[in-house]
Amino acid sequence: MSARTITIKENILGANTEKAGINRKLLDRHHILMVNIMSSPGSGKTSVILRTIDRLRDSYRIAVIEGDVASSIDADKIAQQNIPAIQINTAGGCHLDAQMISKALDTLDLDRIDLIFLENVGNLVCTADFDLGAHKNAVILSIPEGDDKPRKYPVAFVEADVILVNKIDVLPYFDFKLDTFPGIINGLNPSARVFPVSAKTGEGMDGWFSWIEEILV
Amino acid sequence: MHEQSIVASLLNLALKNAEKANARRIFSISLVVGDYTGVVEDAVNFYFGFLSKNTIAAGAKINYTHVPGQLRCRDCDLLFPLEKNEYHCPKCAGKRVEIVGGRELYIENMEVE
Repeated sequence: MSARTITIKENILGANTEKAGINRKLLDRHHILMVNIMSSPGSGKTSVILRTIDRLRDSYRIAVIEGDVASSIDADKIAQQNIPAIQINTAGGCHLDAQMISKALDTLDLDRIDLIFLENVGNLVCTADFDLGAHKNAVILSIPEGDDKPRKYPVAFVEADVILVNKIDVLPYFDFKLDTFPGIINGLNPSARVFPVSAKTGEGMDGWFSWIEEILV
Repeated sequence: MHEQSIVASLLNLALKNAEKANARRIFSISLVVGDYTGVVEDAVNFYFGFLSKNTIAAGAKINYTHVPGQLRCRDCDLLFPLEKNEYHCPKCAGKRVEIVGGRELYIENMEVE
């Protein structure tokens, strides 16, 4: 036998994308909306989720899948609210993949859930390349991080359906240009909605709540 | 750690295709990698060497074709390469640009026996 070249032309993440499609179909069968939340570490993913649970828990049955490199700190915070919380530890991995989500979904009572928040590992670099089966992608960017992040990590912002600019309560202390920011996003991703919010004070959160509720109706 | 899971997927895909082609050895794998993927060659080579041990891909060389970021101006339609993370059109200075290239991550072909 001699050497020969075989043409492949297949995406390396194809198997992940396929699995993500299976996750999405499973959720659709159970009429569940899953929102994948991505951000840098410390932008306020868990705080946004807690605030949102507080507001929507009387109307919808909510569950949370928490992705972290290690620890169950975030899942513990959610579980304290008596909300089903599944912790995934990636053991060093910087993102979640569709197989991990599939396993997490297996442990949830899907007939009793309307809305799942998927808190991705804090990282804006590679999380966006992995479809997990969520219906919507939310990206959180906080004021102290600066308004140049869409230029540094454009893929996450291109994949976003909604962008929360969090921690606007500290805006006076930073150089974040909040007035021009929606224009930067609009240039890269015209269909993304931008909501300046403070998960801490609750300011601006109504737009985000309505955005979720409009999809759930 | 990004590369570890990418290499695991890469290896699975390569082995699956080698089996389909009745190959008993993989000599080389040609990868197309967009700059936006942030995939680092050295890290891929490192994990590949480690993960491919005891497979028919052991010792295979990975050839890389890099695809630079490619942008399209939404206002004047100009296609232009990404430079210095600048997201405005060099012709009309429009700030509405679409990413149209640089997110590729696939196996083009493999040399097998």
